[in-house]
Amino acid sequence: MAQPALTGTGAVLPRPEGLQGIVADWSSDQRAFKNVPWGKAMMWIFLLSDTFIFSSFLISYMTVRISTTVPWPNPSEVFGLAIGGVEVPLLLIAIMTFVLISSSGTMVLAVNYGYRKDRVKTFVFLLLTAALGATFVGMQAFEWTKLIVHEGIRPWGNPLGAAQFGASFFMITGFHGTHVSIGVIFLIIVAIKVLRGDLDRMRPGFMTGRKGSYEIVETMGLYWHFVDLVWVFIFAVFYLW
Amino acid sequence: MTSITHDESAYVPPAEVEEPELYHPKSFVGKYIWSQDAKVIAVQYAITAIGVGLVALVLSGIMRLQLGFPHAFSFINPSNYLQFVTMHGMIMVIYLLTALFLGGFGNYLIPLMVGARDMVFPYVNMVSYWVYLFAVLLLMASFFVPGGPTGSGWTLYPPQAILPGTPGANWGIVLMLVSLAFFIIGFTMGGLNYVVTVLQARTRGMTMMRLPLTVWGIFMATILALLAFPALFVSAIMMTLDQTLGTSFFMPALVSQGQHLNYNGGSPILFQHLFWFFGHPEVYIVALPAFGIVSDLIAVHARKNIFGYRMMVWAILAIGGLSFVVWAHHMYVSGMNPYFGFFFATTTLIIAIPTALKVYNWVLTLWRGNIHLTVPMLFAIGFVFTFINGGLTGLFLGNVPVDIPLSGTMFVVAHFHMVMAVSPVLVVFGAIYHWYPKITGRMLNDTLGKFHFWVTFLGTYAIYYPMHYLGFLGVPRRYYAMGTTVFVPESAQSLNEAITIAALIVGAIQVVFLYNLIWSYFKGKPAGPNPWRATTLEWQTPHTPPKHGNFGATLPAVYRWAYDYSVPGAAEDFIPQNQPPGKKAKGLEQALDASDLGAQKLDGAGTPKPIGS
Repeated sequence: MAQPALTGTGAVLPRPEGLQGIVADWSSDQRAFKNVPWGKAMMWIFLLSDTFIFSSFLISYMTVRISTTVPWPNPSEVFGLAIGGVEVPLLLIAIMTFVLISSSGTMVLAVNYGYRKDRVKTFVFLLLTAALGATFVGMQAFEWTKLIVHEGIRPWGNPLGAAQFGASFFMITGFHGTHVSIGVIFLIIVAIKVLRGDLDRMRPGFMTGRKGSYEIVETMGLYWHFVDLVWVFIFAVFYLW
Repeated sequence: MTSITHDESAYVPPAEVEEPELYHPKSFVGKYIWSQDAKVIAVQYAITAIGVGLVALVLSGIMRLQLGFPHAFSFINPSNYLQFVTMHGMIMVIYLLTALFLGGFGNYLIPLMVGARDMVFPYVNMVSYWVYLFAVLLLMASFFVPGGPTGSGWTLYPPQAILPGTPGANWGIVLMLVSLAFFIIGFTMGGLNYVVTVLQARTRGMTMMRLPLTVWGIFMATILALLAFPALFVSAIMMTLDQTLGTSFFMPALVSQGQHLNYNGGSPILFQHLFWFFGHPEVYIVALPAFGIVSDLIAVHARKNIFGYRMMVWAILAIGGLSFVVWAHHMYVSGMNPYFGFFFATTTLIIAIPTALKVYNWVLTLWRGNIHLTVPMLFAIGFVFTFINGGLTGLFLGNVPVDIPLSGTMFVVAHFHMVMAVSPVLVVFGAIYHWYPKITGRMLNDTLGKFHFWVTFLGTYAIYYPMHYLGFLGVPRRYYAMGTTVFVPESAQSLNEAITIAALIVGAIQVVFLYNLIWSYFKGKPAGPNPWRATTLEWQTPHTPPKHGNFGATLPAVYRWAYDYSVPGAAEDFIPQNQPPGKKAKGLEQALDASDLGAQKLDGAGTPKPIGS
């Protein structure tokens, strides 16, 4: 962890104990987080910021759900799916959630094979992750179509109850879906980089200008897991509440 | 790394990170327009911010004309007036101060002060500026759309912000909200860079507890911004949807101008909470860099180490943390549960403790210092004055029972202009006078600078002191003109006239500053590498102005904190951070032996107490 402390006279001081030691580690020479590359540190901080965005969205949704006097539509009816004439509540969303969570599993494998520098397997699992993500977005488009076309739900109102239902649903799932779509695009870009061997040859990235390395697979993975995690919260407060 | 000249006894750990390869453009356009050099980006940010700030300054002049001489100017009607108020506030707070402190000074000073070649991701940094510029252009475009810019006040409270009857309710407000969203996106790109550069890209020997306080202030402010802007981003999206798609996030059922509007069940208070969850940290986003910069200015120009460096750092962190739990003190009159008011009043008053600690430390740094009344120092001392004044009235307004009668009055205007408008602006001026020699290689003219300072500083008091009194009289803010009232005496109007005259003089005098900036760029006295004889790394660069990559062939190694001024026994009255200890340490020991000072003094006076450094 922390380097030995420097003094004006050049003597090396002993590491401080307790709380001071924590401060010493955090403020240590050159890097606060040892062995964390710049891109990864940046992604973590970005995700922290993004957490605040999604928290603000979800808290706003809860607030308007409480503030409206019109009854809230019953989610298990709205999000039901009729299979052979039988209404199964939350079926579609269960599949969507399953798909997205599975994509986190394939992402983990991609990161694992990335650090083993297994070019082909990393590529395959990245692409599989992207495919699962795209499937999720596709199913979300299907769900939106169903809600808009068949149930008549609009951002400004709906026949089932409070107008805020459609407004917050489309806004928040739309914002999350955008995150997933951006993730899919970048997964594909990273996958191509991996397959071409850019990361092995440390070819500089187009946008960062920094040398390529397999750490970007993990950085990509951080983003992807975050998007999945956010979905769990959206799922809980939209579909189960 | 090639070896640097240093004493055998000096220990510097090896570099942990290999140096990044910089992108070196050949063409003029690549160097100065689509530049990836943080220093050029900083200047781009600064010029854009100052340019848009001048627009806001002119708007404030027009507002003052109306307040001082109501009905004398036919081109100011009530709608215009509200639009000017709104645009003045928003531009000054976000597009000038936030962009200038973080995008301008942050970009310029962070890499230089921590000893880095550049920001960690220069390309992202470049995009940050261009997105910011786009946001500024969107905002300026709102002056030219049908209905003009929004006139809802800089807080943009719904429902009125998007209701017919409010100026700019159709186009202006949407442009404002979209511009804010883009500003936040652009800022996030830059902000991530600033934070990661401070955390992960410091040079050898530069521990966090050796960072100059300027870097600490900008660093913490950036973290605040990254966590506070999301709330504004979300509320901007939701209000845009309310306006364009007719959703009802913030809109309750309403009758407006005799018509039932198609809104139902939204929560206007929700917007206020989101806005102030951003809005209060925003005060510290502007104030913390100012705190940091002023600490450095005072230490350098008083030739003394900053008093209580560690406490200054902890105070910055404490203020940053607390700033997230005080937001509802802006909403005492919104109709909150009184227990909430109690909570937020308590946290608000607690935040005065670390803030006061900083003020005491500035004063104690000045105490028996070798004070050089240079222009940057004048502005720094001016800041301490205005900040104490504004801070004290903040204690008034933080208390619920005092705030309620005062909150709609000029007292609030006086308070926040004193504490978060004039104070940071004085620091901006001080900082520009201080770092201009490094940025351009030439000194700013001293006489013009002193003239600029005294008019601005005294003018500040001429403008805002009487305004407190107007507030006590009950003169409301944001009013286009006062009709006949029982409670406002005639004399209030003469006071308003006096304020207007002072404001116009102060506004006009800023031309002298701009002239100084331009004139000195060509004709100023050559500055040399370190005109203020300062210790921090940006003054130790091989070239002035520093070239791309900042430090020539090898990065400097840091052996000491940033405040070794007037060290007993040292050859000079300052020891640069990158000077190896060797000779100095010996000299110091002899001096201490001779002067009979104990080992205890060694910690305080000479070498900094090493803090896990």
